[in-house]
Amino acid sequence: MEKVVRGFYSIAHSVKLCKPNVIAAYPITPQTEIVENLAEMYANGELGDCEYVTAESEFGAASILVGASAAGARTFTATCSQGLILMSEVLINAAGMRLPIVLVNTNRALSAPLSIWNDHQDSMVLRDGGLMQIHVETNQEAHDMVPVAFKVAEDHKVMLPFMINMDGYKLTHAYEPIDLLEQEMVDTFLPPYNPPVYMTTKDPLTFGSYAPPQYYAEFRVALQNAMERARKVLEKAYKEWAEITGRDWGGHIVAEGVEDADLVAISMGSLTGMVRDVISELRNQGKKVGLLKIRTFRPFPAKEVRGALKDAEKILVFERAVSFGHGGPVGMEVKSACFGLTPEFYSFAVGLGGRDVPREEIVRIISDVYYGKVDQGFHFGTVKPFEEVIV
Amino acid sequence: MNYFGPGHGACPGCGLTIATRNVLEALEGKCFVANSTGCLEIVSSQYERSAWGVPYIHSLFENAGAVAAGIDLALKALKRKGEGKVVVFAGDGATADIGIGTLSGMFDRNHDVIYICLDNEAYQNTGNQQSGLTPLGSNTTTTPVGELFPGKMGRKKDMVSIAVAHGIPYVATASVAFHADLRRKVKKAAEIEGAKYIQIHSPCVTGWGIDGKQTILSAKLAYETALYPIVEYENGELTRVRKIKERKPVEEYLKIQRRFRHLFKHPKGKEIISMLQKIADENAAKFNLDV
Amino acid sequence: MKITLGGISKPHSSKTMKTGDWGTEYPVVDEEKCTACKTCEYLCPDACIVVVEKEDEKKVAVPDYEYCKGCGVCFSVCPVDAIKMELKDIYKLEVC
Ligand SMILES: Cc1ncc(C[n+]2csc(CCOP(=O)(O)OP(=O)(O)O)c2C)c(N)n1
Ligand code: SF4
Ligand code: SF4
Ligand SMILES: [Mg+2]
Repeated sequence: MEKVVRGFYSIAHSVKLCKPNVIAAYPITPQTEIVENLAEMYANGELGDCEYVTAESEFGAASILVGASAAGARTFTATCSQGLILMSEVLINAAGMRLPIVLVNTNRALSAPLSIWNDHQDSMVLRDGGLMQIHVETNQEAHDMVPVAFKVAEDHKVMLPFMINMDGYKLTHAYEPIDLLEQEMVDTFLPPYNPPVYMTTKDPLTFGSYAPPQYYAEFRVALQNAMERARKVLEKAYKEWAEITGRDWGGHIVAEGVEDADLVAISMGSLTGMVRDVISELRNQGKKVGLLKIRTFRPFPAKEVRGALKDAEKILVFERAVSFGHGGPVGMEVKSACFGLTPEFYSFAVGLGGRDVPREEIVRIISDVYYGKVDQGFHFGTVKPFEEVIV
Repeated sequence: MNYFGPGHGACPGCGLTIATRNVLEALEGKCFVANSTGCLEIVSSQYERSAWGVPYIHSLFENAGAVAAGIDLALKALKRKGEGKVVVFAGDGATADIGIGTLSGMFDRNHDVIYICLDNEAYQNTGNQQSGLTPLGSNTTTTPVGELFPGKMGRKKDMVSIAVAHGIPYVATASVAFHADLRRKVKKAAEIEGAKYIQIHSPCVTGWGIDGKQTILSAKLAYETALYPIVEYENGELTRVRKIKERKPVEEYLKIQRRFRHLFKHPKGKEIISMLQKIADENAAKFNLDV
Repeated sequence: MKITLGGISKPHSSKTMKTGDWGTEYPVVDEEKCTACKTCEYLCPDACIVVVEKEDEKKVAVPDYEYCKGCGVCFSVCPVDAIKMELKDIYKLEVC
């Protein structure tokens, strides 16, 4: 059923159909309306056998989900930015405990300076936390990925937290026609949560043991193995979703026109639409350019990325975050995936803290790279010239 | 009666494990435990060496209140409330300092959880650093005795009043010195719906500098000097106190513990002891402890 | 080797840790004096002294030396002084 809704609702509606047992939330812009929508559904008795609570902090919300998930509940939360990094100690712990918590992160910049606007700095902080992470381009994709997230997180071969990244404001606040899922369709795709193990007095197990050096490393290898298995499970779920709904969002990556491309531009999230637009216009002009959209960020699809870039002469990454003291975090991943290949490599951090990225900027960056007008390496997009003074 | 141990790694004579065993015994093992990082967790939950005979989870240092709230919600949603009570075991540091936010949230939402604060009056797992529940004058590694300072300055945080102020239905203190009273309180708490707080005075042989033979004695002296009043609140009303027959001077409690021994030598020791006596006198007056 | 999901442990698996060799002392119960009041059973930090029924139907406290850490809590709380702490032989120094 197609309906014009905001990005927030596209998530909330989908979460409802996934029949979570416990939702714990805490408000933060630009996420709040997701949990407000869910709270409204709860107030109206639309969430079935679900308990919804507003916690005292994001740290508390994530901790509540740790307890609930360990006790066998399907769990959900949404957050971003300061909230996500406040949750980080808990989420990293949940990954180690192999709890399949699902969360939506409405990507937002990190303080300081305080900014409520969009970039990817928040989710990058959790890069090494053991959570699966994907980025979506549109609200329909966000809507569709919620059941996928639950299915993959809860797969007994995986059992890891799953974070869907969607760009704050750009997606969350946008009104768009969304083909809203029906309960039946979600039920066909997503079985009820069947935890392989959970806290019960019938089998009083100890969760969250501490591991001395003779064990710790094995548990970390097991986590890495779970991530490796998640590649296949996730890919299968993407495919199955496409079959059931007829909406194919692609696999871990989506490569468009890369086969004959001299320059491949890489993007994650909502910026991809504009990059695609520019790329296809350039192609129409006869320029050999292609697009690589990265959907799955963890586990990182290194093999697929390398495959898509093997013939490229120039690689250009549009970064939405900075790894201070080094460069762009996506570029770092791409470079390591392409180790041994010898393309020219460029990366540009654009749209930090919600800075508008006009189409002209994308055009300029691509053509500068295409015509060899900039040095290889990491650059910032358009910033005003400035001199830093004390006061 | 065996829901905890043996084979755990606590120091011989540890008060935490005495308290824990009695709480679990009172609940007849029908419970879900959330435990904060700290001595109890470390001595009992090493991989493949669990001392627990009840479902147990340890997540972090400062979130046991929230983890327990999550278990409570899950049991409600999954219609499994009948399986058992949800219990937190948390240290005084986890409770009064770093975890007070998640604890307050749990109280505020009035989850059906029995929160046990195992009060050994310092961060003992990390080697006796001061917490909000460390008493005045105690020698800890972060409030060491020096020429200027005779141990911790400032008094023990009043967690009982903080708990009562949340409007939760049941708040009590207890002591390993009175095990039957402790179990009675836990049983009572288990019958009440909503958030419950029980703070149990649990001596730490290592941090306090006592012998296992003095574990129970020191807990008893804390009560007999009125430094650790044993009280009970129901729905915000003080309903019961453990009266003291012949209140002892605080020195009797202080002198048997290494953490207070400097008070008998330090130039400011006398002043601290008299301040501690004043605290004891205030406790006795506030709760009408003397018979 | 097998490892469990996220480090889950089995209940009471600590039993493999025999702590009986920790202490220097051990409790000895005077069965005549013991009234089976269970005070020691409730207060033993290591759950290793239990009141049991003997063949002659008399109930007495029996320490489990496999786990007893010799802390002396039972000794200190026994209301009828039925428990004595004794030094383990290996700690007895012979002065020649
Ligand atoms: C966030 C965080 N900070 C610090 C620590 C280190 N730490 C572990 S246990 C502990 C002290 C525990 O004190 P308390 O809660 O009183 O429990 P006790 O060990 O005394 O029973 C500390 C400081 C930690 N694990 N996590
Ligand atoms: S350090 Fe103290 S609290 Fe920790 S196990 Fe030893 S006696 Fe118990
Ligand atoms: S000496 Fe301590 S450990 Fe041994 S039985 Fe007595 S109380 Fe238990
Ligand atoms: Mg402590």
